[in-house]
Amino acid sequence: MTDTSLFQQITDYANRADPYPLYTELRKSPVHRDETGVYVVGGYHDILSLLHDPRISSDARNRAEQPGGSALPGEEDEGDGVLPPTFLRLDPPEHDRLRAITNRPFGPPHSPRRIDGMRGELRTIVTDLIDHLDGGDGTLDVVEQFSYPFPVTVICRLLGIPRADESRFHSWADTLVSTLDPRPDVDTAERVRIAQQARLELGMYLNALLDERRKKPGDDMLSHLVAGNAPEGRMSGMEVLATAALLLIAGHETTVNLITNGMLTLLRHPEILERLREDPRLAVPLVEELLRFEPPVQMLPNRSPIADIELHGVTVPKGSPLCLVVASGNRDPARFEDPDRFDPDRRDVQHLGLGSGVHSCFGAPLARLEAQLALAELARRLEAPRLLEDPPPYRQNAVLRGPRHLRIAVDGVRP
Amino acid sequence: MIGDGSIDRLRREGRIVIVGASLAGLRAAETLREKGFTGSLTVIGDEPHPPYDRPPLSKQVLLGKAAPEHTTLPRRLDVDAHWRLGHAATGLDMAARRVRLADGDEVEYDRLLIATGVRARPWPVEAEAGLDGVFVLRTRDDATRLHRRLTEETRRVLVIGAGFTGSEIASACRERDLPVTVAERGSSPLVGALGGVIGEVARQMHLDAGVDLRCGVMVTALEGDTAGRVRSAVLSDGGTIDTDVVVVSLGATRNTEWLAGSGLGAGPRGIACDAGCRAFDVRGIVTDDVFVAGDVARAPHPLFGYQFLSLEHWGNAVAQAEIAAHNMISHATDRIPHLWVPAFWSSQFGVNIKSVGVPALGEEILVTQGSLADRRFTAVYGHQGRVIGAVTFDHGRWLPFYQELIERTAPFPPPFPTLDRRADGRGPVPAEFPDPSVPTHGPTVTVSGYSPADRRITFTPGRA
Ligand SMILES: Cc1cc2nc3c(=O)[nH]c(=O)nc-3n(C[C@H](O)[C@H](O)[C@H](O)COP(=O)(O)OP(=O)(O)OC[C@H]3O[C@@H](n4cnc5c(N)ncnc54)[C@H](O)[C@@H]3O)c2cc1C
Repeated sequence: MTDTSLFQQITDYANRADPYPLYTELRKSPVHRDETGVYVVGGYHDILSLLHDPRISSDARNRAEQPGGSALPGEEDEGDGVLPPTFLRLDPPEHDRLRAITNRPFGPPHSPRRIDGMRGELRTIVTDLIDHLDGGDGTLDVVEQFSYPFPVTVICRLLGIPRADESRFHSWADTLVSTLDPRPDVDTAERVRIAQQARLELGMYLNALLDERRKKPGDDMLSHLVAGNAPEGRMSGMEVLATAALLLIAGHETTVNLITNGMLTLLRHPEILERLREDPRLAVPLVEELLRFEPPVQMLPNRSPIADIELHGVTVPKGSPLCLVVASGNRDPARFEDPDRFDPDRRDVQHLGLGSGVHSCFGAPLARLEAQLALAELARRLEAPRLLEDPPPYRQNAVLRGPRHLRIAVDGVRP
Repeated sequence: MIGDGSIDRLRREGRIVIVGASLAGLRAAETLREKGFTGSLTVIGDEPHPPYDRPPLSKQVLLGKAAPEHTTLPRRLDVDAHWRLGHAATGLDMAARRVRLADGDEVEYDRLLIATGVRARPWPVEAEAGLDGVFVLRTRDDATRLHRRLTEETRRVLVIGAGFTGSEIASACRERDLPVTVAERGSSPLVGALGGVIGEVARQMHLDAGVDLRCGVMVTALEGDTAGRVRSAVLSDGGTIDTDVVVVSLGATRNTEWLAGSGLGAGPRGIACDAGCRAFDVRGIVTDDVFVAGDVARAPHPLFGYQFLSLEHWGNAVAQAEIAAHNMISHATDRIPHLWVPAFWSSQFGVNIKSVGVPALGEEILVTQGSLADRRFTAVYGHQGRVIGAVTFDHGRWLPFYQELIERTAPFPPPFPTLDRRADGRGPVPAEFPDPSVPTHGPTVTVSGYSPADRRITFTPGRA
């Protein structure tokens, strides 16, 4: 049956560069039961309903053991048993408590200007990176030279990682990210060992830093998390550590792909790149359309129902793994007119690119601003950019999808 | 076909008049243009201001966070209308298709939309209502006056009535650190809209914020000094309140008097219309050229036993306006029904309250998520074994799910577990409405579909 192999095709690296025809296939039935036991949903309206369904859990403890014990793509990085689950993998009320405490120093209502207040600083980081882009031979790798270092620097500033330590931070992040991106030529056991080592070092580093912040708080997010004066209560030491690690990883991992996917899409649509160059305000609707068209998080694989639920006549049994393919929902013709067209002038662009419901992307305001600034500035300063490889090589990960490299040629970098 | 040609001509060069230049009036005008109406458009409003938004008046405006004149509604497009602001409509001649204005002018129409909304119910004793310091809050001018008075020296504010607006006013006063007394005839704030179980949560919110809350009492008289300024209020329990600002929040009266004698089915409960927003005449026959939208409308909803519902909800005004505008310029077969599930929000005492459906029809209530004690919860209302409404306190993200349950006429209590179900959610309890209305219709209709164009109702006669 094609049904059973469809999900494997989706996760198969061979289809990474263009999974969209498979999503079209996926949407032909509302629920696919994969032979590994995963239930896969790809329709916009169904995904949206499930994201607001209080019978759908994000907590791994609500998932029945799968016979083959197969982890869903994107899960490999989870559950090393050292740190408690982050709010990403918790249900209310624990989720609400941790997320609310984390949100206090981050966004409205308590810190409404935090993100916008970083605009100037973000712009400086972008400018700096672009100033150093000149590859000499007129080629550059957007991922390594720009869309990766940018968000890591930003998250360091937000958390309050001292400048001097940023480079150590970059290298830990690098290692952890590369383990999310398994390559066939690297030994698995070795990869796991390296990842654990990096995680341990990062944990020890954060722990020491948190101790410092307990004694001498600043205005950064880490200080606020350890201060523990939120009415929602205080996080345990382990919870703070887990949250800090979550912010670090989730805080840049997705933005890298958003910016890279954005640049790739623009290079494939030169007329829109040109419009953006002339009018940086286009960045705002453009990033929204980008989140629909090429979302950095393609699917939400970590859900499972706490009761048998029925979806168009199919019963998804309690405890079964449920995967919501938001990137497929975003291209659902039942919701979006001409969905495969990239159109920043689209009026009604309520996409699923940042999720919806209680788990909707925590970092959304920051991610949007980073992508807007980055793309507008790249468009303005790169002279005659063109792709050297299309499609570019992709990272292994089917969930957090994006190019591993984006090599382009430019005639120069405008001042 | 005669009908078809005339609709095309109407769309091209017809004359459409909208009475009521507020939320519903503006949204209808915009929708008409968006749908390609190129004829002449006249919008008549008795207020001098261009359309503005009312919800901020009892929230941001009273807090001083938004100036009253900064509540103007954003425009989706230039509607190219003839705006007759500051002119009340005073009469309607349905046979001659004419609206009469206060200045004696008359405006002819091919299609008329009535969106005259409601006005605040004034304090019933005229002499007392006229005392300096006695306010209502419905219009921008009301808000300007009240806000100005609150920034002057105020000993104590008395809010009469603890519905949504009254509670929001009390909340704003406390946030500004003004002493405030709230007098409510019912057993708790919001009891009429949400019942006694949720009313108890609201009561605690008032008390925690330092409101001097008096429930189960009525204000029987307002007393002024020789200069005509209000000084105190007398309560039905014999007590008195020293106060210099009184805000009367006793609900609203529908603006239908101007239609008296017109032959339209308009009265104190609003203007009855069909699900396509076409007004009924006094004989109960639906008209083809007079449409109604917003707070002034009273329409049957198939999901709620075809009962005629009057809703004073922002979202309802927008949805009805868009549907009325569409139907006004469409062939009979292209008309769409207003199947919008009622939804409402309020924010008070730092809590965001949202509801869907018609909680007031509920007999029982079940807390399905969160907890009343935390003031973060979702509760559903049951009516004759089905889910009829839901309310959330700081839990709004779950609401779409409950709206779907209402649309599907799902059983009550819902037979499944939900995330974050706590002790208070073990089983349904009486919702404790003061005067339960018990309609007799069973669940006979379900609504499905997402965009207005593919919203469908399915009729299920006599459920087994
Ligand atoms: C203080 C306040 C707070 C609110 N908060 C919320 C909230 O939080 N959430 C929510 O969902 N809803 C809220 N509402 C309700 C919401 O504002 C209304 O549902 C909405 O304004 C209805 O729009 P409408 O156009 O039908 O009527 P209205 O806004 O009442 O407009 C009718 C207009 O017609 C004019 N008019 C009347 N008679 C005539 C005549 N004869 N000739 C010409 N013009 C006439 C009126 O003066 C008025 O300008 C609030 C309302 C108020 C007053």
